Amino acid sequence: MELLLFGAFNGLIVGFFYALMALGLSLILGLNNVINFAHGGFMALGGYLAFTLVPFVGFWGALVLAPFGAAALGLIAERGLIRPLYGRDPLYSLLLTFGLALILEDMTRTIWGPQGLPFSIPDFLDHPLSNVYFFLTGYRLLVVIVAAVATLGLFAVLRFTRLGVCIRAGNADLETVASLGVNIYFLRAANFALGILLAGLAGILAGGQLGLTPTMGSSLIMPSFVAIIVGGAGSLIGSLLGGLIIGVAAGVVTMYAPAASEVVIYLIMALVLLIRPRGLLGQEGLFE
Amino acid sequence: MNVEIEARPRVRAGRAGLRGDAVRFAIFAALLLAAPLWLPLVGSYTDLGTRVLIYALAAMGLNILLGFTGGLSFGHAAYFGLGAYGTGLMLRYVGPNMWLAVLAGVLLGGIAASLLGPLVMKKRGIYFAMITIAFGQMFYFIAVRWNNFTGGEDGLTGFQREPLAFPGGAIHLTSVPFYYFVLSFFAIGAFVLWWVLNSPLGHAMVGARENARRLEFLGVRVELLTWIAFAISGFVTALAGSMSALLNNFTSPLDLYWELSGYFVIICVLGGMRNFWGPFVGAAIYVFMQDYASSLTKNWLSVIGLMFILVVLFFPRGLLGMLARRRSG
Amino acid sequence: MNIITRKIGRRSVLGGAAAVAAGSLVYPARGTFAASESPVKFGMVDPQTGTYAALGASEITGAKLALDEINKAGGVMGRPVELLVEDSAADPGLAVTKARKLVGSDKVNFLMGSVSSAVSLSLSQAAEELKTLYLDTGGHTDQVTGTECRWTTFRTCSTTWMLTAGNFKTLFDKFGKDWYFLTPDYAYGHSLQKDYATQLAKAGGKVLGNALSPLGTTDFSSYLIKIRAAKPNVLVNLTAGNDLVNSMKQAVQFGMDKDMTIAGALIELEDLAALPKEARLGWWVMEWYWDQPNQPHVADFVATYKTMSGGKVPSGRSWFGYASTHALALAANKAKALDTLSVVKALEGLVLPPEVALQPNEPFYRAADHQMIANEFPGYVLSNGAYPNLFHVADIVPGKTIALSPEAAGCKMTFPT
Repeated sequence: MELLLFGAFNGLIVGFFYALMALGLSLILGLNNVINFAHGGFMALGGYLAFTLVPFVGFWGALVLAPFGAAALGLIAERGLIRPLYGRDPLYSLLLTFGLALILEDMTRTIWGPQGLPFSIPDFLDHPLSNVYFFLTGYRLLVVIVAAVATLGLFAVLRFTRLGVCIRAGNADLETVASLGVNIYFLRAANFALGILLAGLAGILAGGQLGLTPTMGSSLIMPSFVAIIVGGAGSLIGSLLGGLIIGVAAGVVTMYAPAASEVVIYLIMALVLLIRPRGLLGQEGLFE
Repeated sequence: MNVEIEARPRVRAGRAGLRGDAVRFAIFAALLLAAPLWLPLVGSYTDLGTRVLIYALAAMGLNILLGFTGGLSFGHAAYFGLGAYGTGLMLRYVGPNMWLAVLAGVLLGGIAASLLGPLVMKKRGIYFAMITIAFGQMFYFIAVRWNNFTGGEDGLTGFQREPLAFPGGAIHLTSVPFYYFVLSFFAIGAFVLWWVLNSPLGHAMVGARENARRLEFLGVRVELLTWIAFAISGFVTALAGSMSALLNNFTSPLDLYWELSGYFVIICVLGGMRNFWGPFVGAAIYVFMQDYASSLTKNWLSVIGLMFILVVLFFPRGLLGMLARRRSG
Repeated sequence: MNIITRKIGRRSVLGGAAAVAAGSLVYPARGTFAASESPVKFGMVDPQTGTYAALGASEITGAKLALDEINKAGGVMGRPVELLVEDSAADPGLAVTKARKLVGSDKVNFLMGSVSSAVSLSLSQAAEELKTLYLDTGGHTDQVTGTECRWTTFRTCSTTWMLTAGNFKTLFDKFGKDWYFLTPDYAYGHSLQKDYATQLAKAGGKVLGNALSPLGTTDFSSYLIKIRAAKPNVLVNLTAGNDLVNSMKQAVQFGMDKDMTIAGALIELEDLAALPKEARLGWWVMEWYWDQPNQPHVADFVATYKTMSGGKVPSGRSWFGYASTHALALAANKAKALDTLSVVKALEGLVLPPEVALQPNEPFYRAADHQMIANEFPGYVLSNGAYPNLFHVADIVPGKTIALSPEAAGCKMTFPT
């Protein structure tokens, strides 16, 4: 019984991390209508940029600045590569981000080397907060907090700022928004950059608990997709919920049948797609 | 919302070019038949030609769904891999009969696709893609975790190409005889696809790609068409997977991984999705390029990635699509 | 001087001209070779991309260093040696394709390589079919020179049995007899766990549990929770590469090193360098270490390697590539022939000279199963260490004392008639 509780609690913590990864992806899926296979690559890039910045601005400085570096690169990618594909068959943007993912991984390896880099986290975060719940370390609590703040922050941006309102409107009907005089090119670019910002942030946090290697992105991207589909594309709370669900599911299943821990995520995804294709909290007809 | 529309699939020759097409096909067939002879002369090797055939068959199978019915499947490596595992498992655990092994592979992949069809056929666009990825990954993780049976992460070993037993004697399948073995199956698979696409069923599939709603109004059940296309493509791609297991005497979960699915899709697009032989052209380009680039530089992944991007941005119709456009005007 | 290990443009007619021009860049120290001598070719299949890229890079650099030395000393039978490197990307299917290409198309005389055990196994099978000598540089699983030994396959790195036997006694005597295993779920991991468990049972210890983690696991928290609940004396962490880095980081963050000893079998210098300071701890085994002050020739090797690698010291992987390349040349020179059977016979029993062995106790390739019997370097990670001083070698254990006999390893080698 204790194992089950521990597994669930631990899974919840992991779930927050998946949710953070899924947030950016969901944003891009919503307005840019692109399945961003390169999301993992931008995540890794965020982590590597942070590693490079740490000697100059420390861990916290890197945590703040590196995502903007990643977002800047995201802007370039959007302007040059993705913009030409809006309005075309979704096949092409899929292929493009797929190719971009390969390039990002390779360039990361070329610039920083294939050797994993030792990314250190601040000492005071580096141990458990409780003796019983030893898996709740200061660092993991930070991840939970950042994920929660990011969700709330994004929610606030979408609700209260002009940019956010335009994004939400664009999700509903981009054509009308354009005819109302909003510069949708700028809108989509900003949306993409915002999504990549979150990816970079997730990457830095990942670097603290995983090894910083060029291939780290590809292992993190699939759970993000699943989180979005389960929670529902187009809903940010949905992505959060989706991440938590698959985190808890994987955490509990690992306790009893570790061999099934990945399959269970995809089973849940398949079930959701069959029974309620828009996801638990998603919008109807978003991708028919 | 398809911007690039070619009204008819270039499966059957137009009235004027029938003889021209026949000549071109004859040259093509001759090149394929003589490949073990001319490949070494240009610095290549027979096994690479065999790989082209395998990838071409897999992509052509995918293309009946992707290019001709409009189903964006990003999980086709699953059926490729199931074909490979079916063949390997048969040879390893049951017996050295090659024909049974190939059949086992084809059935495993094809039946899986047929069973999954109903679950997939209702979706379109991005959701179709995502659910195909999901199922592909499921098969991947089953193969990886079911260690004792499938060999798990390390892959399935312990089998190899067995000699083909004929009344007159046995043929040992070294590189060159094996090439013809694969070529025969390639021909069968290609013929099946050609026959389907030129049948009323095939024309209906193209209709589904162009304007599904209109087709529904005409009383055609588009979902059923998607299912049939999905199933057929599963069988053909599984056949390619079966050949692949025999080429390497080995298969691993990587043959089921979603990255491979992505490569199949780019191969279709590269050569021209709307053309019957497009995927073959794409496979030839891709296999040769990957072979060349990975020997030349460590950064061959970037080269492949760049190819993806260039094709998508500048050559979305693919090579054959571009050539066709130029010829028609 | 940068050695181009792959001729460019040999594949097209136009490329022929480029090849002639480029060919002149491939042979260093040209002076000793006659212009008409065709080169002897070694084909190396190693990961240059993917998770094992760092390990593959070390092996390749070591091999290139050896290549330099071989060519300066006159090559093989007076002919220059060329090294052709192909990327396996840790994909056994791709590796086999590359091997076939190297043998069939590039006409290499010998094959070597691999970091991944799975790739080694499939290369071993393919090499026998191609009747080409294959020297497994870095794939550890027992079967390669055990139950799946072949007359064409040799191995430089240790078997998993030797790795576990290298520090078993130390761990058992020092830290306790209740062990919990964290095992990566593939052949290499299973091999290590089985070997430790066998020795543990014989010594009267207990396996409290065996947590099998899928390869590529990023989050080990669930496994670590189970392990902590079982309260073992020793957490035996058998993961490798990225998995090792991830699991160590997380184990330390959970404070598990305070409750139990964390140890394992093989650790590689590349993985150690990827661990942040706070996660560098534990008792492990290395197969070769650069800091051997009493061993002649080692310091020179380290210095030369550093110039080729941009400041990095050689790791065990570097030595695998280095020793394997030299071994092939030595065997070919000894046999005065290049056909597979002659060189196989010459490599059997070959003792590495001190300047190649770079360790005590005269390593050699055992004739019965073609396995290299060298040394193991058990020790512990220095918690205050700074690169490159990350590991303290507690002992040098001669392979002879711990290796299984060929019969016990299960090798039944058959030669073609």
